[in-house]
Amino acid sequence: MTFTDREFWTVIHGMGFGAVFLLAFAGGLAGLWSFRPELATPAGLKERLRRLLAGTWIMAIIAWLTVIVGTYTVYPWYRAKPPEGADLRDYPRSYLLADENLAGWHTFAMEWKEHVAWMTPILATAVAFVVLRYGLRLAEDPHLRRACIVLFTIAFLAAAVAGMFGAFITKAAPIY
Amino acid sequence: MTNSHDMETLGGASAAFVASGIGCAALGLLTTLAQISVSVKNLLNWWNPAGPLSGKSGLAVIIWIASWIVLHAVWKNKAVSVHRALTVTLVLIAVGVIGTFPTFFEMFGH
Repeated sequence: MTFTDREFWTVIHGMGFGAVFLLAFAGGLAGLWSFRPELATPAGLKERLRRLLAGTWIMAIIAWLTVIVGTYTVYPWYRAKPPEGADLRDYPRSYLLADENLAGWHTFAMEWKEHVAWMTPILATAVAFVVLRYGLRLAEDPHLRRACIVLFTIAFLAAAVAGMFGAFITKAAPIY
Repeated sequence: MTNSHDMETLGGASAAFVASGIGCAALGLLTTLAQISVSVKNLLNWWNPAGPLSGKSGLAVIIWIASWIVLHAVWKNKAVSVHRALTVTLVLIAVGVIGTFPTFFEMFGH
């Protein structure tokens, strides 16, 4: 039972960062949703703020790591051009495009995934910044809290699109 | 963009939100522009192993940070409606989603 370097980084990119991302999103969303004065004492809000900061900042940092590793480590292996006579199974993009039944995994799924994923760290960082800068004020201002929830959720949905297509593409054309 | 006491001093939050929307819209516009123009696509090929994605994402991040710095400087001490900032941000995100959607940008050629 062995891992190649490429398999290792593909697993880190998809499952390693993905698992932490999901945990951070769940914690951050629950934290934002319940960060209201009617649901906690002032001491309770201060304690929740620490967890809210952790959830939002971990999600933002993990999102940056995921897109950077994805774009600059995994993606070059995916899109590498095969030399003449090469086994296309070692070149996922070319392998998918060579089969019209699989080509859509590149022309639609990968093309959308590789771009839309970059929205996640941008949006998550904006929310994490607002939580850090405004802190307890989020509890007093439902408009501000709602805006954070909306953008935090859109950041997650963009990552969900990327993660879902990433899993399907890896199943159709694994990186060895 | 002013009309209630609870929006005061929230200019920093509005700047962060709108700038994130600008970053998303930039990503969508650059993705579509790279499809329309081969020369733009080549200009965005900052690192060959990753191809034009390196330039599209890199330039979108630069535009996001630059717009955030400018908006923060302009709005940080101003009363800016978070509700309106969120609306603008959602429109900009929609531009980004449409611009990065393959069925849309593939209408523009190569």
